[in-house]
Amino acid sequence: MFGYYLDLAIRSLRRNRVLTALMVVAIAAGIGASMTTLTVMHLLSGDPVPTRSNTLFYPQVDPDTSLTEHGEPADVMDYHSAVDLWRSHRADRETLVATAGAKLRAIDVRQPSLMIRVLATTADFFPMFDVPFQYGGGWQAADDESRARVAVISAQLNDKLFGGANSVGRSVRVRGSEVRIVGVLRPWRPSPQFYEVAGGRFSSGNTAGYYARPEDVMLPFFTGVEVAGDTFDVFNCWRVPDNFMHLPESPCSWVAMWVQLGSPAKVSGYARFLAGYAVQQKRLGRFTHADNTRLRGLMQWLDYNRVVPSDVRLQAWLAFAFLAVCLFNTIGLLLAKFLRRSGEIGVRRALGASRRAVFAQCLVEAGLIGLLGGMGGWLLTLLGLWLVRRQPAAYADLVHLDPLMFLTTFALAIAASLLAGLLPAFRASRVAPGLQLKTL
Amino acid sequence: MEILPILSTLRRHKITAFLVIIEIALTCAIVCNAVFIINQRLDRMAMQSGIDEHRLLHIAVADIGASQDKKAHMQEDLAALRQVPGVTDVASVNQVPFGNSSWNSGIKLDPKQRISTLNATNYYGENIAQTLGTQLIAGRHLQDTDYMDMDDVMRAAAAKDAKAIPHAVVITQKLAERLWPGQPPLGKQLYLADYPITVVGVVKELVRPSILDDSARSYSMILPIRMAVGEYIIRVASPNDRDRVLAAAVAKLKQINPHRVVLKKHVMDDMRHDFFRNDRAMAGLLVGVCVALLVVTALGIVGLGSFWVAQRRRQIGVRRALGATRRNILHYFQTENFVLATIGIALGMVLAYAINLLLMTHYELPRLPAIYFPVGALALWVIGQLAVLGPAMRAAAVPPVVATRSV
Repeated sequence: MFGYYLDLAIRSLRRNRVLTALMVVAIAAGIGASMTTLTVMHLLSGDPVPTRSNTLFYPQVDPDTSLTEHGEPADVMDYHSAVDLWRSHRADRETLVATAGAKLRAIDVRQPSLMIRVLATTADFFPMFDVPFQYGGGWQAADDESRARVAVISAQLNDKLFGGANSVGRSVRVRGSEVRIVGVLRPWRPSPQFYEVAGGRFSSGNTAGYYARPEDVMLPFFTGVEVAGDTFDVFNCWRVPDNFMHLPESPCSWVAMWVQLGSPAKVSGYARFLAGYAVQQKRLGRFTHADNTRLRGLMQWLDYNRVVPSDVRLQAWLAFAFLAVCLFNTIGLLLAKFLRRSGEIGVRRALGASRRAVFAQCLVEAGLIGLLGGMGGWLLTLLGLWLVRRQPAAYADLVHLDPLMFLTTFALAIAASLLAGLLPAFRASRVAPGLQLKTL
Repeated sequence: MEILPILSTLRRHKITAFLVIIEIALTCAIVCNAVFIINQRLDRMAMQSGIDEHRLLHIAVADIGASQDKKAHMQEDLAALRQVPGVTDVASVNQVPFGNSSWNSGIKLDPKQRISTLNATNYYGENIAQTLGTQLIAGRHLQDTDYMDMDDVMRAAAAKDAKAIPHAVVITQKLAERLWPGQPPLGKQLYLADYPITVVGVVKELVRPSILDDSARSYSMILPIRMAVGEYIIRVASPNDRDRVLAAAVAKLKQINPHRVVLKKHVMDDMRHDFFRNDRAMAGLLVGVCVALLVVTALGIVGLGSFWVAQRRRQIGVRRALGATRRNILHYFQTENFVLATIGIALGMVLAYAINLLLMTHYELPRLPAIYFPVGALALWVIGQLAVLGPAMRAAAVPPVVATRSV
């Protein structure tokens, strides 16, 4: 039966090509616009560490001792608190994160100096976040405390400096200090660059920067503190520092911490530990707001920072509103098309076709339009994504149509056209055969 | 033209009429809000910066040197830049307008305040106001005697030594109006980190380097602090000359120290262009969506109009046979479209207002100005009439003889 309906549908669509083209174009335009924005949303709001995001947590304490009213604790921690918590080793895995800009020169490579971004972190960073290596690996846990002069570099920097060859064992100079390369990453592009997301609540929705590339050089945390000195990115200072040049003792927050906790019991245990630490620090006179601690999960932290840029969300709403207009348009045109064939439907009904059969036939026709619209929509989505890639946003290079979104394009197109076809098909199936036959 | 027969016809075609109305209403609502957002973005892009944009260059170099000889390096750089032909002013600063950095401080009007009155950006650097070309409208510029070195200020702040903290500040007119509405700002005191500072001058305008909140974009202060972080601004005598001067200036800096990395070098017009690129992209996208929406709606009206004309061919023939002129038929369909469009527009206005309320809460957009309603209505009426013209003319061309066939 389906084959017969399909044949009828093709004949009917051929009979009035202009109307068919109008409907297909409307569906294609609506699908193209909504799939372009949906794909961008999908890529930007995804899980950056799908294998274990539910075990990753972001502890926060409130080291701010100023008298001003306190709302949420600072987005990152001061050095003292972060290092205290890290040295307690209460989590399955834990890592510190701080970033800086620095000048880099490769030794024995004739290349001009580069300005690069440096990530000072600890050994657990790599296994904890599933960071893929091309050559070598991360440093040992002991290297953090012993301030070993080692580094892990990005695939991109390795290509630039060493032409993509295995550079493990070679050295680079970061801000004048020589460090030996122990690992080279595979191309790694988490979306967003979750481990340094902070301050979303102050950004008024301009959060495209959260989708930047990971840093080119990663150093053991205390090595980084020694090498990069006062050039670290500071999130905030709650009073004027006594000595700007020495960040570890400054009243500033600039170090983030991540912990991995394998079970709900461990999570509540860690939250208690965190609260206990804050109380202890208050007793020592270092904190004034001890009850202000948080332990958010990775996805919760991303939500809290509203990582998806507000422009992208606005575009998605707009695209779906556009799709709605296209759908109403299609409903109207389908209705016109089906009711125009009332006479034909009357004959079919008189010859014994049930209402169901007429309904099914009309829906097959609507579905076929959806399929054609889906193909057009797919091409328009590719065009739309190409346009997004040419935008100057930090996430532009991330944008592509993955298989899931490819299938969604067609599913959405057919679902939309079937939805649009429901009412017209219902009306067509209610055509009274007697009346139509009389007027033939 | 009789409206009542049209209404009674539409009552017999409720669903189709309803679809046209909904489509027009949605289009009207979305287009009104989209055009409003486009205008917001265009306004933002046309923002006054208060600086002499066409004659300004910006160069940033990395690692100016160890902290003790930063100042010497800076002075060497500035002297070299001043010698480049075509240069009129240079300054070593902490940040530049449209540079996307943010050096901010909370301002208090009373040292006992627990929460700052507002947050303003701080521009540092000797000769910065003159180099940027900001227009002084009251008081004086900062003078050599006001200036202090950044390192000394930090040391003084650590020692809580108020004497070695700057005493004078130049602020923008908008900031002055916000802090002391209706009062002359000169001589007034404000507090930065509990240190009192006196307003000695007011400039007409000076935008912040990064604008998160448009209403606070002009909240800027110039403090008499010398800065040596490798950020230089250069003012040239003639805008036509600026590319050559920029190349010469970079060459000069490289000549002083061939190993230094030039982080940024651009003319201010390009910085401005880059600064607003997201707004430009968004405005372009919205224009595209508006055009697409209007086209889809117009095509929908054409499609349904054609269907109606075909469906009522016989009735049209009868009317013609009974004496209606072609003009009557044409007007009938035009009026019908006008009625549908009017209902759609009325609904669309309500919807536009609702969407605007939603955007106001979620995207910090201002209220939709009333002028958008009549303009949006007019646009949709015109589009509706244009779209229905084709089908209506086809209807008018139906000959009366149709009435006699197969009655």
